[in-house]
Amino acid sequence: MFDWLTTQPGFSVLLMVTMMVVILTSVAYCIYFERKISAWIQDRIGPNRVGPRGLLQPIADGLKFLLKEDITPAGADRPIFMLAPMIIFVVSLIGFAVIPWGGRITFANGNSVILQVASLDVGLLYLLAVASLGVYGVALGGWASNNKYSFFGGMRAAAQMLSYEIPLGLGILVVVLTSGELRLEHIVAGQQAGAWNLLLHPLAFGMVVVGALAESNRMPFDLAEAEQELVGGYHTEYSSMKFALFFLAEYAHMITSSALLVALFLGGWELVPFGWWLALHVPGLGWLGWINDSTHWSAGLVRLGMVYGKICAFIFLYMWVRWTLPRFRYDQLMRLAWRALVPMGLGLVILVGVLVYLDRAISFWAPLGNLVVVLLVWRMLSLRPVRVTGRQAGLPAV
Amino acid sequence: MKDGDVILIEAPKLSPAERLYVPQILQGMSVTLRHMFARKATLQYPEQKRVPRVENYRGVHRLNRDEQGRVACVACFMCETICPAHCIHIEGAEAPWPDREKYPIQFDIDELRCIYCGMCEEACPVDAIELTPIYDPVGLTREEMIYDKEKLLEVYDRTKGMKPRKNPKITGYPETGNREQRSGETKGD
Repeated sequence: MFDWLTTQPGFSVLLMVTMMVVILTSVAYCIYFERKISAWIQDRIGPNRVGPRGLLQPIADGLKFLLKEDITPAGADRPIFMLAPMIIFVVSLIGFAVIPWGGRITFANGNSVILQVASLDVGLLYLLAVASLGVYGVALGGWASNNKYSFFGGMRAAAQMLSYEIPLGLGILVVVLTSGELRLEHIVAGQQAGAWNLLLHPLAFGMVVVGALAESNRMPFDLAEAEQELVGGYHTEYSSMKFALFFLAEYAHMITSSALLVALFLGGWELVPFGWWLALHVPGLGWLGWINDSTHWSAGLVRLGMVYGKICAFIFLYMWVRWTLPRFRYDQLMRLAWRALVPMGLGLVILVGVLVYLDRAISFWAPLGNLVVVLLVWRMLSLRPVRVTGRQAGLPAV
Repeated sequence: MKDGDVILIEAPKLSPAERLYVPQILQGMSVTLRHMFARKATLQYPEQKRVPRVENYRGVHRLNRDEQGRVACVACFMCETICPAHCIHIEGAEAPWPDREKYPIQFDIDELRCIYCGMCEEACPVDAIELTPIYDPVGLTREEMIYDKEKLLEVYDRTKGMKPRKNPKITGYPETGNREQRSGETKGD
């Protein structure tokens, strides 16, 4: 049996089970870190009574959710009511199948495996497709609650998620054009041989971050929950474990999009950009090359730890942004997506197409071109007059 | 409403750099980061408590003792009568001491019913019942929170230092409640 585990199918099963445990625990501890980080930002200490430094708080929360009464409102569409939180939770978890956690490791019996559950040649497309299915969960949850305000929240969330699919997709398209592949581990390997996509296309990185924030209904894009306006939006009527699933699905979606960002823009497990150059030319940094290239199992673990560490850094960034920025109004959000991000995305795709044709994709022209696109779109938006409509049309011009 | 009554306030014009909003976002995030590492304002209750309340804060009651350590109450029932929440229950009996007629053998205050108005403290002619600055009495059951005479005297023993008695003399009836009396000054004795 041990031999089967060292083959790719067996190892994939082992990795899948391990990463499920790790990720579900991370999702539960996201709650803890959210409360702690929000507390520190607000000059207070978060939960610190349950267990040492409050570390057992998620367990207490989980128990609370399990023991609460599960209410289904009268008139709710029962099958869909039960299905909606499951949809959104499942789709955010199955995206992890194509994330490259580490490179290749070789066992003592000669087998070599890659630390990835499934190496699809359309890996990125699979991930995007699966993440988009989350819209169903939100919209159906709002509909099945038999509550006008939930329905409203669900529709707004669906519109928001659909609108931000486009900048997300265009940003990812930039990366795909640069590396010419849809296989995630080849994109990562390409970045390690060249430069991180974060440095080549900072604007695309920004767009994918914004798109990922909007996809997971995260502040400042959380008007679907909008506690001040819609009580809970699409998850008002849910209680106990179903509510916990919606809640955890938001964090799982955050982790999935962080993993995607790490793989696409931050070069996966590489410690510093241009690591290959530093390992060759700077004495004493040869261990950087060892991390990337060694097939020993310890190197595999180090790489896994690096990817996980970067994911944690992104989650910290998401939480930091949440507790800093006020929420977008619905029309501001739509305007940002369609009038600012989509033109920038299209400009970027044209830029990258030209660069790839001229065989200059990985060079300083890329960030320069990003800057040009930003300036162009920004000047175009600033020069366009703001149309006054409705009641304001009768007022004198400002 | 005339046209002159309406004042149009224009939103301040943003410069092109400000309209990008990214610098403001980054500035806001630096403020939040600074707060993340600043000193926190939380007090870890019950290990750390605030500075105790001012002396005349209306908290839990106490029954004062006189200089000889006897309960100061004379069971006149004035506090029970005036209490708006009817939370004081007294049973009086003949005092075993020569200088007093009555004393309470049962003095119960239901701290949960009490509204902490302080009328009993104002009504008492001998300053036997007082409200202390203790603001956080806790109990596990409702019965536990009905303080009987022993408990009230025990509160006194605990708060003697926090809040001295208004008028140490118990038998000087006309001078009750008068703070200048403590320093020994008398008015038209």
